[in-house]
Amino acid sequence: MTRQVRLLLLGSGLLGLGALFAWAIAGLPAFGDYQGPYGFVLNRIVLPLRHTTNVVMGTNFDVRGLDTMGEEFILYASVVGVTLLLRDETRSRLAERRTRRFRDDTVRLVGVAMVGAGFLIGLWLMAFGYITPGGGFQGGVVTAGAIVLLYLVGNHRDYRPFRNEHLLDPFEAVGAGGYVIVGLAALASGTAFLANLFGLGTPGMLRSSGSIAILNWASAIAVTVAMLLLFAEFLETYVVPLEPEDAGS
Amino acid sequence: MVLATLVPLQAVAFGLVALGAPLVVLTRDPLRQALVNGIYGVSLVCLFVVLEAPDPALSMLAVSGIGYPLVILAAVARVRGHERTEEDEEQ
Amino acid sequence: MSYLPFAVAAWICLVGIAGIATSRNLIHLAICLTVTQSSSYVLLLSVGYVKHGKAPIFIGTKLGTTAVDPVVQALTLTDIVVSVVVIALILALALDAHRLSGTVDPDQITDIAG
Repeated sequence: MTRQVRLLLLGSGLLGLGALFAWAIAGLPAFGDYQGPYGFVLNRIVLPLRHTTNVVMGTNFDVRGLDTMGEEFILYASVVGVTLLLRDETRSRLAERRTRRFRDDTVRLVGVAMVGAGFLIGLWLMAFGYITPGGGFQGGVVTAGAIVLLYLVGNHRDYRPFRNEHLLDPFEAVGAGGYVIVGLAALASGTAFLANLFGLGTPGMLRSSGSIAILNWASAIAVTVAMLLLFAEFLETYVVPLEPEDAGS
Repeated sequence: MVLATLVPLQAVAFGLVALGAPLVVLTRDPLRQALVNGIYGVSLVCLFVVLEAPDPALSMLAVSGIGYPLVILAAVARVRGHERTEEDEEQ
Repeated sequence: MSYLPFAVAAWICLVGIAGIATSRNLIHLAICLTVTQSSSYVLLLSVGYVKHGKAPIFIGTKLGTTAVDPVVQALTLTDIVVSVVVIALILALALDAHRLSGTVDPDQITDIAG
């Protein structure tokens, strides 16, 4: 099948799909005309029932907690897949010794400042996730980004603990498995799986929302370590000739 | 029956996103496409903020600024590294 | 005019699919896949929008003010982060294909050995 025939087939397929989309859109209610009661009900009851001011996080980890557990296991399965495809023991140990360091001092200074600031912002997003917008998922990505900056601006001894895949694997399991364990704890104490059974506290304070806080931290750890593992697996430094100043490090 | 229409700010945000998507697809070099994807991500963040969704906006900001460039650049670097070692082996 | 958001979502989806089908580089294909995924986020958030609604965070606002739907926002935010890791898996497959066949052009990877 030549490329021309394939493009023709693609065009006709896209036209058909576009027609289906147009027919579907014509049946939707107008933009802003939200009909269903589920959203309105949740906005009213999550704060009194669970003491969570961030209703989206309350939905994520409590009302629809099972869906988030599924998403977290998608994350875990993808990381396992990447590990199986890319992990190569012999080559990574050889390549680690020859890393190239950034030369420009201004860039390194800004980068070092950004590592600290990014790490703090990531922790803040994680910790206050169920009070203000934020949460484990967002904070996890930002924290992992700040740690990966170490690879750019530090020498390889700074970054090495975060590159050690055997050190990172247990933390990934803690994140994903911790979620299930909290759910099983609820099951073991007689209520439904993932029911909110820890003390609820005052809304707006850090100590609130019961098991939502614990699930938030479990998913934060899972996402952070997943991003670090991804970068560690993808990374394979080229074999470059050793520079004189790198010989000491 | 409420007939809801778009505020001009929302119309502009939707327009920018609709303009950005074909631009990302039409950039063929993966390295350049990573940058255009980042800009498209920023336009999506503006759209999510205008639609009163701060949590997805934060997610998209973190992901398009940190997540996608990380994996795309690492993949491109590894592909070029393989090609370079293959050239060295041939020579 | 009030169907523009859904039309934009459909347009982005079609553009992404066209990009995937005409791609000559596996990494370019993965990024076009992310564009297609973003169309679903735009659709979800447009469906959940309430006219004159505020964000569903009640720390400064009184309980009872009209707010937009939180369920679609919960779906979207986890989906965005998980899609990064899934794209990483697709890129790892692309790297494996490159290692085995020497090219990242999907048109030129012809032999599929079992």
